[in-house]
Amino acid sequence: MTDILCKTQDLKITFPHRLGDFTAVHGFDMEVRRGEIVGLIGESGAGKSTIGNAIMGLLSHPGVVSGGRIELEGENLVDLSDTAMARLRGGRIGMIFQDPMTSLNPLMTVGDQLSESIAILQDLPLAQARQMAADRLDGVGIPDAASRMGQYPHEFSGGMRQRVVIALAMAGDPDLLIADEPTTALDVSVQKQVLDLIRSICVERSLGVILVTHDMGVIAETADRVYVMRYGKLVETGPTAQVIHQPTQQYTQDLIAAIPSIDHREDRFRNPAKKTGEIDQWLLQGHKGEGSGDYVTASALTKDFATKKKSFWGKAGSFRAVDIPGLSIKRGEVLGLVGESGSGKSTLGRMMTGLIPPSSGSVRYGDHGLMTDVRTRAARKALRRDVQVVFQDPYSSLNSRMRVDHILAEPIRFHGLAEREETPRLVGALLERVGLPADSGRKFPHQFSGGQRQRICIARALSVRPRFLLCDEPTSALDVSIQADMLALLMELRRSLGLTMLFVSHDLAVVRQVSDRVAVMKQGQIVECRAAEALYDAPENEYTRMLLETAPRATGHENTQNMRRAT
Amino acid sequence: MYFLLARLLQATIVMLCVALVGFLVFQFVGDPVLSLVGQETSVEDREALRESLGLNDPILVQYARYVVNAVQGDFGISYSFNRDVSEMIADRLPATIELVMLSGVLSLLLAIPAGIYTGIRRKGGIAQTIMALSVIGVSIPSFLLGILLILVFSVWLNWLPSFGRGDVAVVLGFRSSLFTWDGLSHALMPAAVLCLFQLGVILRLIRAEMLEVLRTDYIRFAWARGLPGGRVYFRHALKNTLVPVVTAIGLQLSSLFAFSIITERVFQWPGMGSLLLHAIGQSDIPLLAAYLIFVGLVFTISNLVVDAIYVLIDPRIRHGAL
Repeated sequence: MTDILCKTQDLKITFPHRLGDFTAVHGFDMEVRRGEIVGLIGESGAGKSTIGNAIMGLLSHPGVVSGGRIELEGENLVDLSDTAMARLRGGRIGMIFQDPMTSLNPLMTVGDQLSESIAILQDLPLAQARQMAADRLDGVGIPDAASRMGQYPHEFSGGMRQRVVIALAMAGDPDLLIADEPTTALDVSVQKQVLDLIRSICVERSLGVILVTHDMGVIAETADRVYVMRYGKLVETGPTAQVIHQPTQQYTQDLIAAIPSIDHREDRFRNPAKKTGEIDQWLLQGHKGEGSGDYVTASALTKDFATKKKSFWGKAGSFRAVDIPGLSIKRGEVLGLVGESGSGKSTLGRMMTGLIPPSSGSVRYGDHGLMTDVRTRAARKALRRDVQVVFQDPYSSLNSRMRVDHILAEPIRFHGLAEREETPRLVGALLERVGLPADSGRKFPHQFSGGQRQRICIARALSVRPRFLLCDEPTSALDVSIQADMLALLMELRRSLGLTMLFVSHDLAVVRQVSDRVAVMKQGQIVECRAAEALYDAPENEYTRMLLETAPRATGHENTQNMRRAT
Repeated sequence: MYFLLARLLQATIVMLCVALVGFLVFQFVGDPVLSLVGQETSVEDREALRESLGLNDPILVQYARYVVNAVQGDFGISYSFNRDVSEMIADRLPATIELVMLSGVLSLLLAIPAGIYTGIRRKGGIAQTIMALSVIGVSIPSFLLGILLILVFSVWLNWLPSFGRGDVAVVLGFRSSLFTWDGLSHALMPAAVLCLFQLGVILRLIRAEMLEVLRTDYIRFAWARGLPGGRVYFRHALKNTLVPVVTAIGLQLSSLFAFSIITERVFQWPGMGSLLLHAIGQSDIPLLAAYLIFVGLVFTISNLVVDAIYVLIDPRIRHGAL
């Protein structure tokens, strides 16, 4: 207990504001020892990143530490001057940021950035620093490190960039490393490698690591101890296994229960309680007596994107983003489409809904025929009404200058689905149907939280009485507790309205909860497409198996059932 | 390299289009034969003249001939001076170049440090003062500023000459008035007037870009890496602000070349601007057409240079990643 590296005591962080100060962290106590990874978990706005920034002395303006202590080996950092604090950065405390794509200066070679850091922090001549830089790159697992020194950040993949960032953060051989969501922007297979790297550096150099994240899976696989935060306060702390399997606080229990499991499909998503609003009759108008069979079928679908020309007279090359022999979705079915970034899953989803045209091949709708044959204005309008999309980012997919009731009324009026006098009542009913107060239409999108905005997006999609919904990563930008609500809403709507859905996501656990069938994509091709339960329980494809095995699990593989009983 | 070759090709096409406009000016502004001959010239003589000037050839042939001549520096004879147009431009060009160079160097020397400073200390008193002054610099019309400067420094203080270009000296094979004290004292006030306007624009742009870049993750990460302030600001931040700044500087300097008319007029500076004014007054078509092509050339070259600088600054352009 004597080897405490860093500790915060009754830490209070305030953001002064003319309408009253906002306290982001109230009285937070934490200890970090050498050679241990401490997880700091909470949902957005919990103040977890603020603590990391405060230890680093990099609180964003106008935040200040308004009380308590931050100690690094007994020295109180709160009292230090700016210049003394600047000397600690890099040398005693290192930091890794979330997005490796933006953490590196795009105009300097990786080697220059690393040798710059080493030369300054270790006080070495540049030539010597360069040699050391190559060793360090090699040390974080960058193959062929010496020759990649002269390359720029954009020539590295996401995972490799995060390794470079780690090498940079470790350039001054710090004692404490703060990793702020270090793997959130990475694919699962890469995520595991980066976490393993952080783990091994921590053990080898007996480094203290503070791992800030919203992802319980990452904590479960990496952290020794965990601090759960909410509204700037500590909720619960203890060894990771204890907190995850026997949480004592209600909030922690809820947080863990909200995490969708990758190992089984939860009943609340499989058989959602059927609700009916009066709006459902309106939503189902004109859709009685549909046949069975496929709702949409893609055959021999490809999409090519042009790449840069190599030489002046050369031909522009092309890159085949999607190349599938065929894919169909039955009426009323939810097809999950999973894959890592760049696998072509979003491109495929967009082609299936006609948002982008395919390079070759065709998409046929059961009710409308071949998409290329839909030529008349009226037929196109009817197709577009039946096919709706919910996008990933609820912040950028709503027009911030329009009131919510106008956002919802516009498609209703455009498609002539209701008379002018009737529309406001419908809009209110739609908002209620997705779980918002009926009078929230009078507000603007920025007055809602992320989850509420996503509900507005769903209401907008529903407002034209669609039959087919493309959900493109609809929950990726949301906190885990809100994510669960959103999935429940989508599943309930699907059951009540008999919607057909294409659910695109990188998150295998989420896809398992909602899908009847799942297609796994890799480099533009579907490597496996089967009934969801069969695919998850006994993957046939090597790549699918790898994805399932590397996905971080909050609760471990075998303890799932115990934990669920405990909650 | 491919990027620059493509830009060179584009530049050539642009210049051909500009030449076409210059050539068309001749076609639309009256019959050149009428302006060359007197009333008593017979119809036969006029026809012979027309034939010998090549005015009866197909229009494309005439255009091709115009382009070929222009490339060789032959823009014809000025109507009002009866001199070779290219010779006249060559006479006036050095005066304009030295004015543009002097004001450009002055404004960059002031704008870059001031822009960085106001970007870093945006709340400070000095920064606020600089920003307020820069608004004045942008908004005062150049003729007014020129007259004010003449009033203060020539009439009241009698420190600087009020008009004209000073003595010329040759240094390292360049003839310029900037190499003599007399020449420099003549150039100082017009250069200051030209400088002040650009100063405001470039300073504000650098400041805005600095504010933008200082918010990025890689700057936050640079702080977290423990880099000292000077290195973060000048090495990491400044370079990332340069691409839009270089564009603006390129456009600003080119427009100084072409359109410093008012300043040149106020200070009676014998440069391109006063030549243009004269050509317009006299409807001197060959001179106007040549001037048009010259302006096009200046803008095209400066854009090419700007593109080349992009490639030097940003490796993503070099590798075709953007």
